[in-house]
Amino acid sequence: MGLMDKHAIIEKNATLLLVGSLLVVTIGGIVEIAPLFYLDNTIEKVDGMRPYSPLELAGRNIYVREGCYLCHSQMIRPFRDEVERYGHYSLAAESMYDHPFQWGSKRTGPDLARVGDRYSNTWHVQHLTDPRSVVPESIMPSYAFLKDNPIEVKDFSTHLVANRRVGVPYSDEMIAHANADLMAQADPNADTTALLARYPKAKVGDLDGNPQQVTEMDALVAYLQMLGTLVDFKNYDEAAGYR
Amino acid sequence: MKFGTEIVLLGLFAFAAFVAAGFGVDEPFRQHMWVLFLVLLGFTAILLRNSNFKPAAPIDPSAYMDGPIRYGTIATVFWGVVGMSVGVVIALQLAYPQLNIQPWFNFGRLRPVHTSGVVFAFGGNALLCTSLYVVQRTCRARLFGGNLAWFVFWGYQLFIVMAATGYLLGITESREYAEPEWYVDIWLTIVWVAYLILFLGTILKRKEPHIYVANWFYLSFIITVAMLHVVNNLSMPASFLGSKSYSAFSGVQDALIQWWYGHNAVGFFLTAGFLGMMYYFVPKQANRPVYSYRLSIIHFWALIFLYIWAGPHHLHYTALPDWAQTLGMVFSIMLWMPSWGGMINGLMTLSGAWDKIRTDPIIRMMVAAIAFYGMSTFEGPMMSIKTVNSLSHYTDWTIGHVHSGALGWVGMITFGAIYYMVPKLWNRERLYSLRLVTWHFWLATLGIVVYAAVMWVSGIMQGLMWREYDEQGFLVYSFAESVAAMHPYYVMRAAGGAMYLAGTLIMAWNVTMTIRGHQRQEQPMSGAAPALQPAE
Repeated sequence: MGLMDKHAIIEKNATLLLVGSLLVVTIGGIVEIAPLFYLDNTIEKVDGMRPYSPLELAGRNIYVREGCYLCHSQMIRPFRDEVERYGHYSLAAESMYDHPFQWGSKRTGPDLARVGDRYSNTWHVQHLTDPRSVVPESIMPSYAFLKDNPIEVKDFSTHLVANRRVGVPYSDEMIAHANADLMAQADPNADTTALLARYPKAKVGDLDGNPQQVTEMDALVAYLQMLGTLVDFKNYDEAAGYR
Repeated sequence: MKFGTEIVLLGLFAFAAFVAAGFGVDEPFRQHMWVLFLVLLGFTAILLRNSNFKPAAPIDPSAYMDGPIRYGTIATVFWGVVGMSVGVVIALQLAYPQLNIQPWFNFGRLRPVHTSGVVFAFGGNALLCTSLYVVQRTCRARLFGGNLAWFVFWGYQLFIVMAATGYLLGITESREYAEPEWYVDIWLTIVWVAYLILFLGTILKRKEPHIYVANWFYLSFIITVAMLHVVNNLSMPASFLGSKSYSAFSGVQDALIQWWYGHNAVGFFLTAGFLGMMYYFVPKQANRPVYSYRLSIIHFWALIFLYIWAGPHHLHYTALPDWAQTLGMVFSIMLWMPSWGGMINGLMTLSGAWDKIRTDPIIRMMVAAIAFYGMSTFEGPMMSIKTVNSLSHYTDWTIGHVHSGALGWVGMITFGAIYYMVPKLWNRERLYSLRLVTWHFWLATLGIVVYAAVMWVSGIMQGLMWREYDEQGFLVYSFAESVAAMHPYYVMRAAGGAMYLAGTLIMAWNVTMTIRGHQRQEQPMSGAAPALQPAE
């Protein structure tokens, strides 16, 4: 009786077939995924990384909501042309607080992993409002409506709490100040000293050209302007991060 | 009372949606709950109108339950037209950005409507109705669980409506092909478990000693998709009355889990399930047995074992560790073999019946589907090679590859199965028109060829422009120049997609007329009935 004939046992037993195929399909995933939670180069900490400020997180949620990731990647590969075009290749640690990740899979538009500080706030607002007025070749849709949408705050601290539950190290202080920080970051008259101590390098002040109101445009610009700016590569040890 | 419990439950859920619409913490969630409320209210009204107090007529337990399959067939055609139309719209948006209408109909919100529309609404309904058709006939048993099949069908449609309206409202987890937010994911889990119970229960009460090979593929597809869906969608809602949740994983772990899911949505949803379709409908339509029983055993176990490993090839040269990338690449290349094993098993089933390609447009459609399957399962492993991927990743080449598989394999095998099932499900002598099937075949095939060829050119060109250096060592092209260069290809791609859509519309017409009982007066297919020659 050959091996093939023994297969009849499985063919006559639905439970065996079900359990057998489930076992067979779990192996690959376990071998590939489980080590990523333990290996040094996937859980390394790099100087400069910090959780998103409330306004940046709100901006990131708008980035997700509008499906920006469908056309813009946030993952620079270690090739000469990509490094020259976009900057230092992306590190695993740079997306360690990203729930979910936004690496993307398509570049209909350019990579945005290090777009922060490359353009002025005004440029971003103009580009999001009318993309072809600043980049004639662009095929991006207009996002002018973001300027008219005030940031909705029922209780933004719940978003920080949810992030903390999945592992982002938001402190009690950050959570307590979440709602105030959300508004203060884009308010030109606010005292942002404490905010900047909590979230170093955050972009503060009126971002969307409308100082009267904190809008979704403020939030999205705050997020775009910090992308890839947290790690100072002058101090980064290439050899230690080699993968 | 007929539908008594159902009406009470639906009414309660509608009320719960109404309350959630009032107390939701964010605007999109409140809007989404209004949608849910109106849909459930509509369902309740329909059930109330169809309710009566007469005792239900006894059901013949030996008859097959084909009601949900008939509905599923119509849903497949309907969602196919919707999903492909949205595809043509977003293809045109890339060529003519003025077609974006903010905020609801911007590319970023419509694109998931297209992908989920064709993968889960069109493909999902096709899998649902064919699997229930096949399992009853190969087990010689009525569907398990009474009205469970109706729950699965309507529950799945509710999932589709909630997912699609959510995308337009901006409710998304941003996980490609798994975009719905946490509450829609929970609903899909409930429906999917019911589907597993329905399918497995029917197999368990079979009258045939052996489980037919098509059912192995369907069963492994159902159980694997359940596993992938649950793990990939683990997330923490910010509020139980809000739409936003945060993934349980972050960064590199999140990326690999997403593409472990994403690649096996292709491997199990779009491949294993549709192979089940192939293993039933191709032998039936050709009237030949499956080519090799042994090959189907090897093909089945090798395919489901290897597919799961291939996910990391979506993350070549990213921050994912090298060993995982290489492992993904090696397994992707190995996957070529079982894939072609399946292709050979399907194609060779026609041995002795090859003449039917000339005379039977339905067989022609199925053969084209298997040929496209072979082509895209060669292209896939090739693109998973790291060197090739360094050029192809992030470009339109990937989009072209997906469409040669989705339009060529998934679409064509589904069309073949629909053309086979419809006359049988509605007790019609034949289809309304076989000549229209031929029209559909050629429009679809030409559409795919145009689409795939254009995307190869544009994708490779894009990749080469991004990395082109001049003799002084400077990058030659700005990114914007590469975008401008894509314009003619985006126009041609939309034309290819429109041709494919035109074929689908012809099918919708053909199916509608068949269901209504019409037969088109037309010349029979040439060679279908050979003219008798006088004996010499």
